[in-house]
Amino acid sequence: MSAAAPTAGLDEAHGPPLLKVTGLTVKLPVDGTRRAVLRDVSLELRPGEALGLVGESGSGKSMTARAIDRLLPPGAQVDGMITFDGQNVGALSGAQLRAYRLQVAMVFQDPRAHVNPVRRIGDFMTEALRTNRDLPADEARHRAITVLGQVGIEDGDRRLRQYPHELSGGMLQRVMIAAALLTGPRLLLADEPTTALDVITQSEMVAILDDLRRDYGLAMLFITHDLELAAAICDRTAVMYAGQIVEVRSSARLHDDPLHPYTAALAAARPDIAMTVGRLRAIPGRPLSAFEAPTGECAFAPRCAHVQDACRSTPPPLIGLAGGLSRCIRAHELRGRLEAAGA
Amino acid sequence: MPDSEPIPVLEVRALRKEYSGLVAVDDVSVDLLAGQSLAIVGESGSGKTTIARMIVGLEAPTRGTITVCGHDRSRPARSARLRRRRGQEVQIVFQDPYTSLDPRQSAEAAVDEVLRLHHRWPGDRRSARVAELIDLVGLDARQARAVPSALSGGQRQRVAIARALAAEPRILILDESVSALDVSIQAQVLNLLADIRDATGVSYVLISHDLAVVRQLTDQAVVMRRGRVVERGPTARVLDDPQHDYTKLLRACVPRPGWQPRRRAAIESA
Repeated sequence: MSAAAPTAGLDEAHGPPLLKVTGLTVKLPVDGTRRAVLRDVSLELRPGEALGLVGESGSGKSMTARAIDRLLPPGAQVDGMITFDGQNVGALSGAQLRAYRLQVAMVFQDPRAHVNPVRRIGDFMTEALRTNRDLPADEARHRAITVLGQVGIEDGDRRLRQYPHELSGGMLQRVMIAAALLTGPRLLLADEPTTALDVITQSEMVAILDDLRRDYGLAMLFITHDLELAAAICDRTAVMYAGQIVEVRSSARLHDDPLHPYTAALAAARPDIAMTVGRLRAIPGRPLSAFEAPTGECAFAPRCAHVQDACRSTPPPLIGLAGGLSRCIRAHELRGRLEAAGA
Repeated sequence: MPDSEPIPVLEVRALRKEYSGLVAVDDVSVDLLAGQSLAIVGESGSGKTTIARMIVGLEAPTRGTITVCGHDRSRPARSARLRRRRGQEVQIVFQDPYTSLDPRQSAEAAVDEVLRLHHRWPGDRRSARVAELIDLVGLDARQARAVPSALSGGQRQRVAIARALAAEPRILILDESVSALDVSIQAQVLNLLADIRDATGVSYVLISHDLAVVRQLTDQAVVMRRGRVVERGPTARVLDDPQHDYTKLLRACVPRPGWQPRRRAAIESA
């Protein structure tokens, strides 16, 4: 396996990837012009694997998930290739697209924005089973109660008769996860599913996702702004900045041995629960969206503490290093000098 | 040390809030000394935001007293003069920088409005103070003239902080004020808040579920659950050596390297 291949960090013994994204570039129409939101994003996910996708606002992490689920807004210009189980996702339409979406479930940050407030939980959960799988209503309900039990909701029968407003945020998010599981997906796209929840509910939710992933052999793309959370529950973590992937790394090593200055800076900027520091090491400036970032040079260069003239002369490629990938031309020489939090 | 007794800027005694029979806050007492900062932590529904809203005067307590700088504020203000004085004692910055500003008002105008309300200053003195406050929160001249829709979340939160500081409050309540910010921006705002405290002596009451932010910004912490205080003490002690099971649970749920998320039942029975 070539060190620079976008498959770095993958164990080839596990067979072909379930999901493969190659050179994905997305532009959206804004005020008559097309603005880039993703630039040359490549990633792979094996069956049953959890990949974290971490980044700040505008980094393109949600757009990546939307592109995978074919949920981009109208007028989006998509280049590159997405394959799922060998199938070209971009070419799907009609019944094939619906069949694809049964295999790829999505869970969003704000469950209330993705559920019809005037329909009961039961109607919401069983709709896909009754319309796409032609299941009789009572069997669909029975299945719904079973998956509710798996996400820790014991009184499923009562919950199915309730309306969304009668459930707390944490409870409703559990319902969303259960609903996502009902159609037997093989890939779960989880877009900040715990961001709106308090830490205790978050801990429980990620524990549930973890269990389900193992029980169902479900692959998961876990999108979050929280580097520590991603590292804790994902096998590998990809870090995005300005519409690009800047680092891919096994999660176990991301914190102690980051390969990109942005990853290290992100970890160092977080306050530490174990100690008070005089000043936090803030990253100057603000996170840029893909269309705002410079294209002829490293997109992170304007905010980077390690920037040199060479960084400004050409856009850096993703290079393989230490079993991971880094979009930094200085990655080799900076390795070990990019201190993360607590240093 | 006869005269070294520190003066509390905030004294909350036996505070209680009921909403049609439901008890949101139950027998809560806290003290905050001048120049110190207090964290109120707890999960959703623990009553922490209700306490903040009662301190600032957006809700009236069912029972109990709130005293700030020696003035009781347990009952609604009866006059504009009293409301102004209370505004000079306590201000609040909310979580969502997208909904807490007037969409038609520039940063400058928002700060100027507060100055006009609180001081009978000539125009040039006001604009000098506006410039000072805008500078203090790290906004540039272009951003100062921009309406909120032209600003990022972090910039809007700086406007909200500048506006709150315009009244020169003794206490600034930060109700999840940095929670919605990107990590790199959150660090900038936390550094800014530390600088402002050094420069003005303002006390913070930080309402937050983010224990790392709590550690960084506060000296004292109270932990709330279901409307009651379950643990209190110096922030470092509460986080490093939690005594109450609930605080231990909160602490155990924070993701960190090597962390194993566990279901609640598993944690609570542990």
